[in-house]
Amino acid sequence: MAARLGLRFAALGYLAALLAFPVGLVFWRTFEDGLGPVWNAATNPEALHALWLTVLIALIAVPANTIFGVICALVIVRGGRFHGKTLLNALVDLPFALSPVVIGLALYLVYARTGWFGGWLVDHGINVIFALPGMILATIFVSLPFVVRETVPVLREIGTEQEEAAWTLGASPLTAFFRVTLPAIRWGVTYGIVLTTARAIGEFGAVSIVSGSIAGRTETLTLHVQQRFQGFDLTGAYTASVELALLALITLLFMTLLRKETPVGDSDTPGDEALR
Amino acid sequence: MAIAIRRVTKRFGEFVAVDNVSLAIASGSLTALLGPSGSGKSTLLRIVAGLEHPDEGDVSIHGEDATGLPPQERGVGFVFQHYAAFKHMSVRDNVAFALKIRKRPRDEIRDRVGELLRLVQLEGLANRYPSQLSGGQRQRMALARALAAEPRVLLLDEPFGALDARVRKELRAWLRRLHEEVPVTTVLVTHDQEEAMDVADRVAVMNEGRVEQTGKPRDLYEHPANEFVMSFVGPAHRLGEAWIRPHDLEVRQEPNGTSTEAMVERVVHLGFEVRAELVLEDGRRVSAQVTRNEADELELREGQIVFVRPSRTHVFSAAATPPGHS
Repeated sequence: MAARLGLRFAALGYLAALLAFPVGLVFWRTFEDGLGPVWNAATNPEALHALWLTVLIALIAVPANTIFGVICALVIVRGGRFHGKTLLNALVDLPFALSPVVIGLALYLVYARTGWFGGWLVDHGINVIFALPGMILATIFVSLPFVVRETVPVLREIGTEQEEAAWTLGASPLTAFFRVTLPAIRWGVTYGIVLTTARAIGEFGAVSIVSGSIAGRTETLTLHVQQRFQGFDLTGAYTASVELALLALITLLFMTLLRKETPVGDSDTPGDEALR
Repeated sequence: MAIAIRRVTKRFGEFVAVDNVSLAIASGSLTALLGPSGSGKSTLLRIVAGLEHPDEGDVSIHGEDATGLPPQERGVGFVFQHYAAFKHMSVRDNVAFALKIRKRPRDEIRDRVGELLRLVQLEGLANRYPSQLSGGQRQRMALARALAAEPRVLLLDEPFGALDARVRKELRAWLRRLHEEVPVTTVLVTHDQEEAMDVADRVAVMNEGRVEQTGKPRDLYEHPANEFVMSFVGPAHRLGEAWIRPHDLEVRQEPNGTSTEAMVERVVHLGFEVRAELVLEDGRRVSAQVTRNEADELELREGQIVFVRPSRTHVFSAAATPPGHS
């Protein structure tokens, strides 16, 4: 009994000291002087643009990584044996292993005007670096592994029998995928999407290098926080931080609502384990 | 012939799963593919379903060459050992799946699903999810689902393999009755010889990718073609060159001409029958099966000396095993 209490205290104490307290302090500091300054900071055009840019990038990067992530997981689990599969598996984890700053630099080396491929693109009127395309690329890069890594184990666990049953019942491979396989792996995929979204919204390092942080043009919320903080506009920095936290909260809430719509009897869907 | 398998071979890398098998399955029959694990019986069934492609040979279903057809176009129903239930769908939606794929009218789907659920005795459970069903109920649901599109051939891959012994026996009897009610050509894969003998009207015994013998259950038991069938279909012991069934061993208290002396090592009561495990003079072990009355008359007990004599033996010439190597 005492041991169990001790464990609980250790876990909760650790989380409180390192996570809850500092984050709570941000909220407290933000609203310290009332709502007026917060409203002003939030509605200033540069802040509004940063919020919009963060949402826009997430809206492009997350669906892209979801579709690619599921396809990639299918190849890893069902693709049979082929040369390069180990390489594929390792490459998917690369964004986990590399520091985002290095990723940003790598993209810069490829797409900058002086870069390997950038010169040709700029000549054809496409600016990647210090523009939106580069920021999207960087965000996709850093948030790529989540859907793959959450989907692979679920896909492995459900096996191929349900799909084969669907085929013998007359479903084409595509129909079988959308009506049988996808519903069976949906919790793995959903959890992957939530993690991808959180990562995309919070990305700083890679985007900071490829965007150039031009206020009102290529500045996302995280970059905005840094700019305001360095400019001694603490209210502006805190307000943007709270916006980031709220975006994360909305994502989590959205997933909780989705889960509620699941029928009761479906509780042993393999993907559920990822969420418990 | 409902299914004709001609010279089918399937390899997985170096391993030959199915080795030049030919087999004909009559319309309306209930055939069991019986064999130990790794004998190729499941692979052969999956080849018939189109879930595996043979390296050589062809398969025709109702006279039509099906070798190149995908599983969707073969008109087969397939039931898996572990049910392959669609877990996110209710029992009703599971059974309706094939009909919804075929875009049948809603009224027709409702009526047909109701009819099938009655057939498999799951009427009251239509709104449940597979996770709320027992294993036996899940397998009956899977069977109803497979029957929904009125397949020409029903293929069952170890359908009762994951169930406990009592449910398994119930479902066997039920499957037999179902087959009389819905006489669709059925092929059942099993490693359980008792199940094959109980359910099927024809049995094909498989071993190491080949069909060793095909016939009625009784013929396989009475006239096994070779040592493998002898030892796999029912209990059997080897005595010198001959093979013997435990109930073909006469047990007496007194010696009788050709009889051999044996010591009773263990007596096992199996309800009506009693199995006596014996050690012969030369140290070989055999078992004899007698009725309870006979056991009482002999006063069988451990340590007792008895005299045994085979009443019927099977002798296989070396040429008879293994067949299919030609």
